[in-house]
Amino acid sequence: MEKFITITGPAAPLLWANIDTDMIIPVQRLVGASRTGLGPYGFERFRYRADGSENPDFPLNREPFRGSPILLAGPNFGCGSSREGAVWALMGMGVRCVIAPSFGDIFFNNCFQNGLLPVRLPEEVVRRIAEETEASPGNARTTVDLERQVVVTPWGEEVSFAVDARKKEAMLEGLDEIALTKRRAEEIAAWQARDRAARPWAWESVVE
Amino acid sequence: MASTLFDKLWDQHVIADLGEGWALLHIDRVLLHDLSGARALAEIAERGHAVARPELVFATPDHAVSTALGRTGESFAKGAATLAGLRQRARETGVRLFDLGQPGNGIVHVMAPELGIVLPGLSLVCGDSHTCTNGGVGALAFGVGASELTHVLATQTLMQRRPRNMRLRFEGALSPGVTAKDMILHAIGRLGTAAGTGFAVEYAGSAVRALPVEARLTLCNLSIEMGAKIGMVAPDDATFEFLAGRRFAPKGAAWDAALAVWKRLPSDPDARFDADHLIEAAEIQPQVTWGTSPEQVLPVSGRVPDPAEAPDAARRAAWAAALDYMGLVPGQPIAGTKVDWVFIGSCTNSRISDLRAAAAVLRGRKVAEGVTAWVVPGSEQVKRDAEAEGLHRLFLDAGFEWREPGCSLCVAANGEVVPPGARCVSTSNRNFVGRQGTGSRTHLASPAMAAAAALAGRIVDVRQFMA
Repeated sequence: MEKFITITGPAAPLLWANIDTDMIIPVQRLVGASRTGLGPYGFERFRYRADGSENPDFPLNREPFRGSPILLAGPNFGCGSSREGAVWALMGMGVRCVIAPSFGDIFFNNCFQNGLLPVRLPEEVVRRIAEETEASPGNARTTVDLERQVVVTPWGEEVSFAVDARKKEAMLEGLDEIALTKRRAEEIAAWQARDRAARPWAWESVVE
Repeated sequence: MASTLFDKLWDQHVIADLGEGWALLHIDRVLLHDLSGARALAEIAERGHAVARPELVFATPDHAVSTALGRTGESFAKGAATLAGLRQRARETGVRLFDLGQPGNGIVHVMAPELGIVLPGLSLVCGDSHTCTNGGVGALAFGVGASELTHVLATQTLMQRRPRNMRLRFEGALSPGVTAKDMILHAIGRLGTAAGTGFAVEYAGSAVRALPVEARLTLCNLSIEMGAKIGMVAPDDATFEFLAGRRFAPKGAAWDAALAVWKRLPSDPDARFDADHLIEAAEIQPQVTWGTSPEQVLPVSGRVPDPAEAPDAARRAAWAAALDYMGLVPGQPIAGTKVDWVFIGSCTNSRISDLRAAAAVLRGRKVAEGVTAWVVPGSEQVKRDAEAEGLHRLFLDAGFEWREPGCSLCVAANGEVVPPGARCVSTSNRNFVGRQGTGSRTHLASPAMAAAAALAGRIVDVRQFMA
């Protein structure tokens, strides 16, 4: 996983509500795909016109938002399908942090697995960052500091955000969760032995 | 202390409390489909891990396979390598694969209850958001992403944060022509597509108790469209009767031991829920979506809303965009809207009871001219059972295509698409932009409503076809 500490840049506004993961990456792009290479297809139904040319109305096609590391979104961002390809596509576009009032539960977890930081901020704060950035796109900068758990807005205010301590540590250190869990192998084996005695049917019904 | 069904399911599986509400959970069953499963098996091999407990992992291709009669794993060429990878990795790791044409093959959330892979009280994950379907038998079942799935395969465990408890009660009796699909669409329309975010939802009340198990699976299937990755119905005699004798259900003394545990799972009478909603079953009419989010739904007697009357600016914009995409006009009655395609299938509504409900509407009638209508049974077993009953003949005589099991037009990852601009009444679960193919327009509804739309060539109240 890529480490995440602090990022700064123009925050790209895409404030639609309920942006689902089908919108972020169509499933057709995920047949046979890998973790890398999905960037060109991120938001493709909105980013390109029918003839394949860029849609100039799509915010992320405008300067300075092309390749922006911070995406501002509306409520319930990443709802729908569990496809982790949505996270890979965003990261392929250069996004390292999404700031939104709320997120789909599965997408939220998937972000942390890849070093993409999802930040929940009140809707009015997200909207104001978008407005201030749009008003001065060349100069307005937003900073996301995971260590201190603050977003520094374009008007210089520090707005704190919540993040679980274990997720924060994993992101700051770029930890491998499988390796962490495997350190608990004895504890897991002991639990399984006890469970097998208590719920033998849960283990034995799969044996034919 | 009084516990909910969810509390009992969760607590049963906690290996370690990690603080801040996080726990390391044991996962009793893992389901793999071709898209997420093949990749996860490849990834753990690449990262040097073994599958921790292959006997607890079950695989079936469904997403990226053709459902044309006579199909093979190569019929959808772009999915062929993925399927070949799944076959090879399953062989190497000892994971059981239910391949095309074999009993047990089918849409992953249809085959798991069908085979008794999922049981009350078990924890189950799959790299698929509709894993919540399996909660219909009283299991803790939820969708995970690729990384979490890899973690489960490598360790048989998963780190998760405990969600909060929500109860959604449906009390009273449903009206004729109203199904579990209408119940959950109605609920999503009322509560919104994010109402369940951060919650595990238990469906309860007399109308839920009265549902057969297959209908409970439909109810739980759309939990994720309400934002909840977990949906559940407490197990009861209907559940036990449904599961008894299934291939991977316990037998003999093991069944009796399991039953004793399962009977203690329902929420205690005085258990508290962090959110509690009540819906009167009698209020629910047959539902149909008008927009591009499952919350954009109407009773079939309703009119398409006017963005000018939206409660806030965000919804005004969302409604306007949805109407534009769907080619609808504010204020028009949704009934009467001309339909080009009808799709009966998906993990929501492709079980034998769904096909029977559609067939009952179609019997002796013909699909309207100009409508392309498909039935895609949810599994090889559903297909065989339907054929044994002669349902396939009834669908074919009415003018439907009768196909092989798979996800087909629900996900359009398999070369099967609704053409751009075409309007499809679909028994699936997502009416998202482009979900059934670029430019496709989806109206979600029950199997009976979909059958009625096929006959009329337009969206119509199924109750007009019920004598």
